[in-house]
Amino acid sequence: MKLDDTKLVIWVKSAFYKESGLQFENNCEVGVFSKLTNAYCLVAIGGSENFYSAFESELADVIPVVKTSIGGTRIVGRLCVGNKNGLLLPHTTTDQELQHLRNSLPDQVVVQRIEERLSALGNCIACNDHVALTHTDLDKETEEMIADVLGVEVFRQTIAGNILVGSFCAFSNRGGLVHPHTSIEDLDELSTLLQVPLVAGTVNRGSEVIAAGMTVNDWTAFCGSDTTATELSVIESVFKLREAQPSAIVDEMRKSLVDTYV
Amino acid sequence: MFGVKEHGLCSSLAAASTVLSLEFQHKLLIYLPITLFYTVRESYFRYINMFSSSGMAEETGMFKVHQTIGSVLCCKCGIPMQPNAANMCVKCLCSEVDITEGLLKRLVLVHCPECESYLQPPRSWVKLQLESKELLTFCLKKLHKNLNSSKARLIHAEFIWTEPHSRRIKVKVKVQKEVINGAILEQSYTVEYVQQEHMCESCSRVQANPDQWVAAVQLRQHVSHRRTFFYLEQLILKHGAAASAIRIKQMEQGIDFFFSNRSHGVKFVEFIGKVAPVRSRSDKQLVSHDPKSNNYNYKYTFSVEISPICREDIICLPPKVAVSLGNIGPIVICTKVTNSIALLDPFTLRHCFLDADQYWRTSFKSLLTSRQLVEYIVLDVEVVSSEVTIGGTKYHLADAQVARVSDFGKNDTIFSIRTHLGHLLNPGDYALGYDLYGANSNDMELDKYKGHIPEAILIKKSYEEKRQKKRGKPRSWKLKSLEMEVDDRRVDQDKMVSEYEQFLKDLEENPDMRFNISLYRNKEYQPSEMASVTDGDELPSVPLDELLADLDLSEAEDEEDNMTE
Repeated sequence: MKLDDTKLVIWVKSAFYKESGLQFENNCEVGVFSKLTNAYCLVAIGGSENFYSAFESELADVIPVVKTSIGGTRIVGRLCVGNKNGLLLPHTTTDQELQHLRNSLPDQVVVQRIEERLSALGNCIACNDHVALTHTDLDKETEEMIADVLGVEVFRQTIAGNILVGSFCAFSNRGGLVHPHTSIEDLDELSTLLQVPLVAGTVNRGSEVIAAGMTVNDWTAFCGSDTTATELSVIESVFKLREAQPSAIVDEMRKSLVDTYV
Repeated sequence: MFGVKEHGLCSSLAAASTVLSLEFQHKLLIYLPITLFYTVRESYFRYINMFSSSGMAEETGMFKVHQTIGSVLCCKCGIPMQPNAANMCVKCLCSEVDITEGLLKRLVLVHCPECESYLQPPRSWVKLQLESKELLTFCLKKLHKNLNSSKARLIHAEFIWTEPHSRRIKVKVKVQKEVINGAILEQSYTVEYVQQEHMCESCSRVQANPDQWVAAVQLRQHVSHRRTFFYLEQLILKHGAAASAIRIKQMEQGIDFFFSNRSHGVKFVEFIGKVAPVRSRSDKQLVSHDPKSNNYNYKYTFSVEISPICREDIICLPPKVAVSLGNIGPIVICTKVTNSIALLDPFTLRHCFLDADQYWRTSFKSLLTSRQLVEYIVLDVEVVSSEVTIGGTKYHLADAQVARVSDFGKNDTIFSIRTHLGHLLNPGDYALGYDLYGANSNDMELDKYKGHIPEAILIKKSYEEKRQKKRGKPRSWKLKSLEMEVDDRRVDQDKMVSEYEQFLKDLEENPDMRFNISLYRNKEYQPSEMASVTDGDELPSVPLDELLADLDLSEAEDEEDNMTE
C-alpha cells in the first residue's frame, strides 16, 4: 500500500466498532472517519446515523461528540490530530469548519489551523496527552506548534521503517498498538519515548494500518467490524480497557516507570 | 498488566523467538505443501538483511541497530508467529484462501500408441518419451494459459512416476500466487494427465495397409550389367539416402524405391542427381479426393534414368558432340562417371567432361562395354610422350605391340597400337582391351571412320594371372548392402555373383572408386603367411587403414554367446 503524504489520504476499507463491529458505509476503517480523544470526539458528517449513534451512545454523557467535516471531506481522522489539550487542523480546513469546531469543543481545548505542507496531519502525527511522534519531514514551525497547542513532547520517529507514524500506530496514555513488523529493538525505543507499554499487532483481520482501523482514548476503543476476537483481546489488554479502576492504572504506570529506569 | 509483561518477555526472549520462528519456517518448507513468502518491502527483506548485509554495513563503518523480528499473534487463531504481509499464520491463510482454486488438475492428452507421439492441437503430432524434459514442457504448456489467467506463477514441476500402462501422467506442480496484502503463498498440487489413445493419421494409414506408399522412385539404367547399381547401393548406404524408404525392390535394369512421403522421394531423386548423370520425370495419380474440404490424395512416381555410359566403355562420339567438345575423338574412353561423364581420347590424351544436361541433349550409346573386354599380351612398349596427369590419374602415351591371348601360340597376329597406359605396361604384361579388329559393330558413326579405326584399344592392365592364386580366399574387407526385395524367378544368380565379384575387383584396383564408399573390416579374414611371398609387382588391394570397423551389436552378442557355451 503506497501512501502519498502530501495529499489527502483516503483509506478505503472497513468501518466501525466499539469492541462490537461497526461500519461506515460498508467500510471498516473507523479511524479514518472519526477522531477520539479524552476530551472530545469528532465524527464525519454525512455518514449513516448508525455510525454516529454508536459514538453517541458510548460517549455522549462524558465528552462531546461532534459531527464535522474537514476541508469539505469526511476523512476527519486522517486530517486532524488532537488530544485533551488541543486540536490541530490542516490548512485545507475552511473558516466555517474551524468556527464550528471552536463552538462545539470544550473551552479548554485549543483549536488551531496550521500551515503545513503535509496536510494529512492524522497520518503524520500520533499523540497522546503527553508525547507526540511525528513524520520526519515535518516543518520546524509545525513541531513547535504541536508542542505548544497539544502540550506534548515531540519526537521525530519512524515505525517499522514507515514514516507515516500516525497511520501505523495508535496509543493512549495507557498503552499502544504498533505496526506488526516493528522489531523488538524499535518497540523498546518507542515505549521508552512514550512511557507506555507497546505491543505489535493488527486490526481489521490482519490490517497493519493500525490508526485507520481503530480509534482509542484512555477508556474506550472503537475498531472496524472486521477485527477478530484475537485482535480485540490484544487491544483490550494493551489499552487496559477492562480495568476501570483508576488506582490500578496508576500502579501499572509506576511499575513500568520503575521497570524502565532501574 | 499484559503490556508490560509482554514487553519484558519480548526483550528477554528476543533471540530465542527468532530461532524458534526460523525453525518454524523451515518446517513449513519441508512438511507442509504450502509455504509463505513476504514481499520484498516486508520483513523477509529485513530478515535476509539481518544475516547478510549487516556485514556490509560494518565495513562501511556505519552504525546499524540490530533488528530482532518480534512476534505477533495470528489475527485468526491467536498463535504467536512472525509477522507477515497477511498477519495470519500459514494454516489460517490456507484455510482462508486456496491458491490452486480454479487451476486445472485433470487434463487429457491425445496419444498415439503406435508411434508414441502426442497430439499438438490442432493437427501436428510430436514424439515424446515418458519422463522426458520435452514431455514435461509439453504438459506444462497446456497449463500455461490457465496459470496466467489465475495470475499464479509456476515455480517447479516434476513427474510423479506412474506405471506406463496406467495411461496417466502425473506432474507435481508448485505455484506461487499473491494473496492478501501482497503475501505470496506457495503451494504444490498434482496435475493428472489422462492419455487418451488415438492413433495418428499416418499410423492409422499404415495400419490399414502397411504397403501403402505415396512416392515411388524408379531408378533405371538400360545396360546389360548391374555394376552401376552395385556402386550406387554403396553410395546410398554411405549417405543414408534411402533411410526413409519403406520398401526397396530390385527390378530388371534397376531398383524401385518406395517412400511414405512425397518429400522423401524428392529428396532421394535429388541425391541421385548429385551422384549420377540422370534425367528424371515425375507423375502423379489421383487416389482419392474430397471436394468438400478440397483435399487431394495423390501417388507420385518419379522415373529416374541413368545414362547408359559406364566407366571403361568405349564410345564413338557423334560428330556434333565431338565438334562441340573441341573435335575430340571421335573414339573416346569413359574414364569416370559421377554426375558428369569424363571422356578421354586414348590417342591424344585429350579429355573432357559432359554433364548430365549436355549428355541428355544428344544422348549416345557406348560402342563396346566392359563385358566385351578381351585379354591381350603386351609384347613391346615404347613411350612416346612425357607423363600427363588428368583428373588425378597419370597417363603415358606409348606405342605398343600386343597380341590377343586367345591367338597366342596359334597365329602371329600382332597389333601395333597406341595406348594411354604407357606408365603401367611392360613387355610381358597382360592387359584388357577392346578388339575393334575383330568386333562386329553396327554403329553408324563408326562406319564413317572405316580405315582410321585402331585395331585394339587397351583399357586397363590385367591382374587375372595373379588373382588366380588367390581365388577362393576371402577378402580382408566387406561391404554392406541394402535390404532389397529380389524377385528370384527373374534374376540370373550366377550372373549376379560374377558381376558382384567383378565390382569388388574394380574397387580393389581403383582407389578413386573407393573414395566415396565405406569398406568394413572383415572379421573372418585371417592373413596367411603365404601372401607375403610375392614377387615385385603386387596385386592391388585395399590398405588396411582405409577400412572401417563395423559396429554390429548382434554379432558381438553372438560371439559372447558362443564363448559362454
